[in-house]
Parts: sequence; C-alpha cells; structure tokens
Amino acid sequence: MDVMPASVDSSASIIREIIARHGESKHELIAVLHDVEKAFGYLPENALIQVASSLDVPLSKVYGVATFYTLFSTEPMGEHVIRVCENAPCHLLGANSLIEALTKELGIPVGGTTSCGKFTLKHTSCLGVCGVAPAMMIDDEVYGNLTPDDIPVILEKYR
Amino acid sequence: MQFYRSHVLVCGGTPCVLEGCKAVRDALIGELKRVGLDEEIRVVETGCLGPCDLGPVIVVYPEGTLYEKVQVRDVPQIVEEHLLKGRIVRRLTGEGRLAGIVSYKEPTYLETQERIVLRNCGIIDPSSIEEYIARDGYKALVKCLTEMEPCDVVEVVKQSGLVGRGGAAFPTGLKWSFTANADADEKFIICNADEGEPGTFKDRLILEGDPHSILEAMAIAGYAVGAKRGFVYIRGEYVLSIEQIGKGIEQAKALGLLGEDILGSGFSFDVEIRKGAGAYVCGEETALIESMEGGRGEPRVKPPYPGTHGFLGKPTVVNNVETLANIPPIILNGPVWYRGFGTSKCPGTKVFTMTGDINNKGLIEVPMGITLRKIIYEIGGGIPEGRGFKMAQTGGTSGGCLPREMLDVPMDYFTLPEMGSALGSGALLIMDDSHCIVDIAESFMRFFARESCGKCVPCREGTARLHDIVKNIAHGNGTEKDLEVLKDLSHAMEKTSLCGLGQSAPIPIMTMLKYFGDEFEAHIKDKLCPTGTCRL
Repeated sequence: MDVMPASVDSSASIIREIIARHGESKHELIAVLHDVEKAFGYLPENALIQVASSLDVPLSKVYGVATFYTLFSTEPMGEHVIRVCENAPCHLLGANSLIEALTKELGIPVGGTTSCGKFTLKHTSCLGVCGVAPAMMIDDEVYGNLTPDDIPVILEKYR
Repeated sequence: MQFYRSHVLVCGGTPCVLEGCKAVRDALIGELKRVGLDEEIRVVETGCLGPCDLGPVIVVYPEGTLYEKVQVRDVPQIVEEHLLKGRIVRRLTGEGRLAGIVSYKEPTYLETQERIVLRNCGIIDPSSIEEYIARDGYKALVKCLTEMEPCDVVEVVKQSGLVGRGGAAFPTGLKWSFTANADADEKFIICNADEGEPGTFKDRLILEGDPHSILEAMAIAGYAVGAKRGFVYIRGEYVLSIEQIGKGIEQAKALGLLGEDILGSGFSFDVEIRKGAGAYVCGEETALIESMEGGRGEPRVKPPYPGTHGFLGKPTVVNNVETLANIPPIILNGPVWYRGFGTSKCPGTKVFTMTGDINNKGLIEVPMGITLRKIIYEIGGGIPEGRGFKMAQTGGTSGGCLPREMLDVPMDYFTLPEMGSALGSGALLIMDDSHCIVDIAESFMRFFARESCGKCVPCREGTARLHDIVKNIAHGNGTEKDLEVLKDLSHAMEKTSLCGLGQSAPIPIMTMLKYFGDEFEAHIKDKLCPTGTCRL
C-alpha cells in the first residue's frame, strides 16, 4: 500500500490522474473512490473535496457514498487491513475465539488500528470461502480453516 | 498443436489457493521439468472441483485419479510413482469420501450430482478460451446468431422453466421478455455477481472456474433483448473472480466473440466489469443499479422494475451468475432436455454450498427437488464426530431453519416457502446438536442490523430491535413479552420493508421460534442455556 504523499500538490495530481483514467462522469464515483483508497490507504477529506468538484457531485453525496461501503474508509488505516468474518458459517466454527486471539495479539479492539500504524482490524461481510471457515482476509490475501494458534504465525509474516 | 499423454489438473479455486495450490502447481511444473517429462505431461490450473475442505486437490487424467490435501513435499512422489511408473500413490487418495476413488469420472461422490452449471468447473483451464470452445463453448451464441430470431431465444428460455438462481426465483424468460418488449434507444444486461449471502460461494467458484460461460450467456441475453452493453457487477472482495472475468473479456474480444459485429452477424455486444465496494444490500437488483450509477446502494421503490427502468433509467436485465450459466446448455439442448432435470414445477439443477457441521464441505450441483436428507447424509457424508443433526438453514442467513422433522422436504423454490423457509441462493448451513439456537439467532440478527442500508424505517429500526431483543434473551435478560414482540415486529417487517433484505431478515427468527421455541423459553423463564453456550 502506498503512503500518503507529503505535499498536497502531489496528492492532487494523483487524484487528477485517477479521474482522467475513469472519465469525469458521476457514474464513475465508486471506481474513482476505489483507486483513491488504493493510492492513499484511505479517503482523505481533501481528496473527497477534489473528487466532488471534478465529477460535479455534491460533497455530501460523495461523503454518503464513501461511508456507505465497507471497503472505503474516511479514517487513516493501518498498513495492513485485517478483515475477519463472524457471519453464521464462521461463527459456528469458532470465529469468536479467532477474534479474541486477534484482539489479544494486536492489543486493539475490532475497528481499531495499532499505535505503530501497522494493522487495522475490521469486521467483514461474508468473504465467500465458507467451505474453509472460519476465515479472514489480510489486504488481498484470504486465509481459511483458521484456529487461534494460527494467528501469531500469520501476523508474523506482515510484521 | 502439442499433444500430451497425461494432464495434471490442479484446482485453482479460492479455497484451494489459500491451502497452497499455487506452490503445488509450481512444484509439479518444476519436478516434471527436472525428470524430463514436461513435454509429455501438462499441468493445468482449473476451477473448483467441489471438495473444498480437502484442498489442495489435484486430478491426474486420463485415469482420473484424485489426490487430496497435496503438499509441495508430496510432489516428487506423485511424479516419480504415478507419472513416471504408473503406480497410484494410495497414501494421497484420501481416507474419507474420496477413499478408493481412482477415477474422478465416476466417483460415488458425484453419482447423485448432475452438472449443468458446473459442467466445465474443474475440467478446463478457466484462463483458456480454447478449452471452453472445445467443450462446445460459444456454440450456443453461434446458434442464436445464425439460426434463431431474438424472440425465439426468449421463448426457449421461457419454455425451459428456468427461474432466477439468485434467490428470488423469478422466471428468467419472462424477465427477458419485459426488456425485449420495451422500446428504448439503449438496453443493458447486468450479471449480478455481488454474492454476499453468508454461506454462499457458488458464484465466486463459477466465475473463477468457467468465466466464459457467463460471458457467452450475457451475449445471448443481449441478442435476445436487444442490448449492446453488458456489465458484470462483482464484489470487490472477489479478487480472483475479477481477474478471470477480465481475462475472459480480453480473450473473447480478441477472437471476435465479443465486441463489434460478432462473427459477421451484425450483432455487437461488449462487457465491462464494475467492482462493488462492500455492501450486502447491493445484491438486491435496484440497489446494485444505484451502486453502478455511483450512488449509495439503496434499493429503489418498485415498480417500475429494472426490466423497463433499470441502469440509467433504461430497460435492463439483471441475472444472477448461476442463472446465466444455465443459458448456453438450454439453448444448445433445448427446453425439453432441461425439463428432464428436477421437478415439473421447478426444472433444472441447483448449486449448493455446504458449510457448518458437515463432513463434506464444498460445492455441489444436484437436481431440484432432492431431499435435505440425501444432501446431508449421502453427498455431505453426515455430521462430524457422530453428533446429532439439529437444524439446517437453507438459503443463507436470510433463509429459514429446518429441524430434523423436515429432512425429507424436497429442496426447490416452491416447496420450501410453504414450510416458511426459502431455497434462496443455495447456501446450506448445517448445525449439530452442540449449538444453541439463541446464540446463532443473535449472530444472524447482528448481521442484518449491520447490513441494513437504512433507507426504509421497518428494516432500519426492525433489524436493530430484533438484534437487541435476541441479544437480551441470550444474556438472560429476556422477558416472556419479548417473544410476542419478536413475532409482531417480524410480521411488520415482512409486510412493509422496501426490499428483500428487510422482508426476509425475520425469516430465520420466525422459523426458529416455530421449531425451537422451547430453547428460547428456557433462556427466558429458566435463565438456562440447554447447550451451555450462552453465558447467562
């Protein structure tokens, strides 16, 4: 994941580039926000303002969309985002003990980010790998058939 | 063209990927090269083979030997023994349901299955359009373009009796006819691949394992209704599905099977991908369209329906992935052939994903009308550790919970609603007798309270209240009045919510109260959790 560029100018030009790629249509709002999220790790306020004026969409609407979907965040996120599933198929096979292991190992509650900025822990909607429940996703990588003992081993890879 | 004496198929579905199939594939390729067999034996990465809990799974053809839980360290032995000397490595042919199966072509595991939708999954390399074409791929599209009028295509789909496999079971042919008959300068086809129902992963594995079947079906739908543009709306979390469909579009365009003037017929059709951003409600077709237009995924008031007023206000067909995968075989073999599967009222097959307390988890395709008992005990291999069956939830978290007495109910779109349940997306969550109904109910209701989009009051307030009440009961703070409130609230939500989310959120609660009311009462009156799960 890229880090936030130091200057406002360079972030503005990155956003201009993203919008140029998708076209200045309000229908492209979600595609644009996906790329902004990818570039900065979250959706910074100044980015939302720039997107709103470029696509000619009210800022309130852009904010409404940015806060509606779980893959978007208006708060800075950790370098790695852990999405843990606690829906019924995962719940049945021990997601609770997994979440306990994650919160204990990371020292943060679900929804929190570690003070070092390395990890953010979030709930996720069903990841669609219920055949190997319980499951979680770290960035684009999915992990299944998990037990609490697996957690420290997997997290080590990202530390 | 290169010919090979053997093919080794490595399952590349997401469950196998996360068990390490890529490393196994690379090790196989490396080892074959090392022993000089790389010119004779080809390693192919395929889509899902079905037994998702046994991954990584590989099959060696022409014998059809299936190896399960293959690790990199097993590769030299498979190459040395099987591929070089022709001796099957029994150690890896499984101890469970796949034990002794040396031919994947006729294992007992597949006997009760009927593969129409999954016809190519686990058999072809999904990244190869040539392999899809070799299995009669794009033949149905050619048949439509050269032998059939658009209205004939709609008629064939109508005659087949195919109903929507996303859960709503609306007749597909009728849906197409609304759009076909609408007068507009532009029409659209949308493939709904926003699979979010907990316990469902069939669409993911179809997209990963046979992307061209969806693209071909979308082009056929486009021809039938007069649309030139199609969109596949895929959840952002489905990284591999997005990749496979993207590759498929490129390949089909390169061969002139998508794009301008397809095969010189004068018919043009293009497909684009739209990536979802994480919202369960976007599986509802009007919410999906709102999201495609760049808005919050909030459902629209219906009517008008998307068939006449859809994407950008234009007539739009929205079909689920599995529904579309049925289309090419129906066109090729005809509606009479299709009606030979399943029941007379509900023809065809259904793809189910089995999860929870069941021995064989994974993806299966069976004829409509099969009993729950047959799925759980014959195909699913029963409940682990000899425990008793408690209930099965059909149709995902928004489906009903069926007790032991209902094991012989036929599984189809018309019988289950009569039992207060739903077939829905085909998710099957099996629970053994160690689990507490109230605890599971809380998990279900927490899901809906989180996923309600908030647009209409009955759903926004109702899902939150249902969750609060069930949570109170689970924590020993329930009162007898709560059960009445749950029923009243459920009734109000079913009748007055704007979309399927709010209308079906109470279904699990209603069926749980009906069949397992005594467990709720034990939590309320005796402050006792019969299974000892809840901390009262």
